Amino acid sequence: MTNFLLRRIGFILITLILTSIIIFSITQLLPGDVARVILGRFATEQALDNLRQELGLYRPLHVQYLDWAGGFIRGDWGDSLVSRMPIRPMVMQRLGNSAMLAGVALLIYVPLGIILGVIAALKKDKPPDQLITGISMAFVGLPEFVTGLLLITFLAIGLEWFPANSSIDPESTFREALPYLILPAITVSLTGLGYIARMTRSGTIDVLRTDYIRAADLKGLPAGQVLFKHVLRNSLLPTVTVVAMGIGWLLAGLIVTEAVFGYPGLGRLIVFSIQRQDLPLLQACSMIIVAIYSISNLAADIIYGLLNPRIRVGS
Amino acid sequence: MSETSHTFKPKQKRSRYISAIKRLQRYPTTLIGFTIVFLFLIIALFGPLLAPYAYTAQNLPNKLQPPSEEHIFGTDQFGRDVYSRILVGSRDVLSVAGSGTALAVFFGLLLGLFSGYRGGLFDELIMRAMDVILSIPPLLLAMVILFSLGPSRVNVIIIVGFLYIPMVARVVRSVVLDLKTRQFIEAARLRGENSFYILYKEILPNVLPHLAVEASMRFSYSIFLVASLGFLGLGVQPPSPDWGLMVGEGRTWFHQSRWVLFFPAGAIALLVVGVGFMSDGLRRILLPGGVSDA
Repeated sequence: MTNFLLRRIGFILITLILTSIIIFSITQLLPGDVARVILGRFATEQALDNLRQELGLYRPLHVQYLDWAGGFIRGDWGDSLVSRMPIRPMVMQRLGNSAMLAGVALLIYVPLGIILGVIAALKKDKPPDQLITGISMAFVGLPEFVTGLLLITFLAIGLEWFPANSSIDPESTFREALPYLILPAITVSLTGLGYIARMTRSGTIDVLRTDYIRAADLKGLPAGQVLFKHVLRNSLLPTVTVVAMGIGWLLAGLIVTEAVFGYPGLGRLIVFSIQRQDLPLLQACSMIIVAIYSISNLAADIIYGLLNPRIRVGS
Repeated sequence: MSETSHTFKPKQKRSRYISAIKRLQRYPTTLIGFTIVFLFLIIALFGPLLAPYAYTAQNLPNKLQPPSEEHIFGTDQFGRDVYSRILVGSRDVLSVAGSGTALAVFFGLLLGLFSGYRGGLFDELIMRAMDVILSIPPLLLAMVILFSLGPSRVNVIIIVGFLYIPMVARVVRSVVLDLKTRQFIEAARLRGENSFYILYKEILPNVLPHLAVEASMRFSYSIFLVASLGFLGLGVQPPSPDWGLMVGEGRTWFHQSRWVLFFPAGAIALLVVGVGFMSDGLRRILLPGGVSDA
């Protein structure tokens, strides 16, 4: 297990280094440079030159990269080009907001997805299964802005249950934010719900086919006991992995959702940084999302390995 | 070729065909999916001819009109006919997402075939590179690349293609790894066939069903991605009638005139659901053995 862990962690580190190089180099392809972005189109050559000197843009690219990456690791993420404020507190605050949203979403879609998946598996190929599978398949593919706008139309404008706009003060506490979190959370949940339901369904179907479940059934154990003590314990294994992997995916899915609702999370900050060409801000946000994405994938691997001894030995 | 194999083949094929139809009947969603996708293809082919107005034709005094006889889906903020824009836009959506998918499938197939067949260091390097691309969320990577290259239709196609190569390559590779150990491949090798022949004539035909299923799934993700980029304003640029872009632009007028974004959003939803159902059905028909819903 230690070996497996070390290998995985090593791989994640290498991946992070490579992705940071990718993100850094992609953002260097931008026509014009940071100096021009800051000073605008009508800046004099002299002013541009001075700023480039000051920002160290004349240094070779690999030196710039190392400087940037080193700063990132030390926690010095530089200043935003637009607001001239330090980037790290800004990103962290938005990340906290996104985490609140993601947390509420997880609380909605994980239990619901598991319940629906188990029902579908127990009623395999019967109408309830077809209904659940059909609906989850439909929602998995729907872009968040479509489901989000539908929810706004029906639940916010039609029934007036929830506010249609979630552009709250970024410094709101969880309690203040909660009413504004529900609709965006349902929006991202609908996509995640489908994944969880499908994984749970196929895992449960596989386990229901096994001999030991037949044996438990034939032994005369009550159906509920078979389900909870024997089936779910094994069938939820793939689901656990999907939940862990889903956390990174969730943060990416929030980009669109936050844009729909105007919620001040990390996703909206990324869109803002692109619109305003705030290069350092974009780099920092991207690296944070990639890091969370990698870590949650690692967590998924570890949990899967812990729960399933066969994998531990196998790979 | 022996006599028996000649007489046996068609019969086997037919029974396979019949069982595919039977499976299809058990899953009504599949039929719905194929129908929707077929209709959208027709619309994309002939829609622009049927559009009552030009998709760029502005009529400012007539802006944001609700659906009426002249404009069955209403008009947008420039007085353009929403119905015409959706018809023309179908071609945009299908061609951008379709070309992107085709790129991904082509290069993913090549990489997967060679990587799986060659094995060794080549395989290791290719697959680790794929892992690195996969470790960045596709939407984020697309946004960062578009930020640098600038948003345009061609760039969106290239990015969609690039982003989905790893997924296709992985699927193809895993099928190749499985096939490589089979006896008919060994037999071909012992016959003295060269690698190219084996890959093309023996392995490729067996990869195709898996590739078709994967391609249909990628297609549905591509539509998702293209629409999301359009919505964020980072994809295809105005005045293009890209559905995602129409929704994004229409958002400003959401409260007074919902149809401006309702119809394009509905079109996206219908298409995405249709492609999803179709790809699920393809899986059931082409890969009946391994119907895992993962």
